[in-house]
Amino acid sequence: MTIRVQDAPFDFGQECAKFAQSCDNAGAIVTFCGLVRNSDDKTLSAMMIEHYPGMTERALTRIATEAQDRWSLHNCLIIHRYGQLAPGAQIMMVATAARHRSDAFCAADFLMDYLKSRAPFWKKEISMSGAEWVAAKDTDEAALLRW
Amino acid sequence: MSLEILYFAWVRERVGVPRETVQTDAVTVAELVRELSTRDDRYALAFSDLSALRVAIDQDLAEFDSPLAGAREVAFFPPMTGG
Repeated sequence: MTIRVQDAPFDFGQECAKFAQSCDNAGAIVTFCGLVRNSDDKTLSAMMIEHYPGMTERALTRIATEAQDRWSLHNCLIIHRYGQLAPGAQIMMVATAARHRSDAFCAADFLMDYLKSRAPFWKKEISMSGAEWVAAKDTDEAALLRW
Repeated sequence: MSLEILYFAWVRERVGVPRETVQTDAVTVAELVRELSTRDDRYALAFSDLSALRVAIDQDLAEFDSPLAGAREVAFFPPMTGG
């Protein structure tokens, strides 16, 4: 299990390749990369991501540990960035490896749902018209119920 | 007891500081919130709607009726928006 919280960019391709090498005898690898989405009118100038140092790493480790308990995983990876990110930038990625694809898909989906609502990150959108904190969605909280 | 209080996102902006040390006899988080809210308008505004807030005690998510006995660090923040 690898958990990284960093302000520096990461190379998604390189991370995927490195992760694949660490998953000896896995039959399936699922990866997901989250990007800074621009607004519909493309006026977003930056996304500020704040986090709670210490608690963030603990929360991510707990979420990844629970995924490993629930599914038969060979390995899992979470990278999440903080700081100021430009539109299109890679915010975060998860990767899961398992013997069978259903475990890898379910675990990645679970990690994403829990990252949204249980990892202490907060996003602020900065545009020409000002800065606004992104509100949590009820649907994100509801998504946890399916697990 | 002495508690380290941390604020994040818009809670930090409303209160005006990222962290502070407070002396309190509050037994629960809710009592601590009531104490802080009486300080001035900044705190009253930040804590005006508890349903819009989350709390962590020593870096674990907690409830507003959670006891503070033994706690060293309490953090207040809005619902999280990771991923």
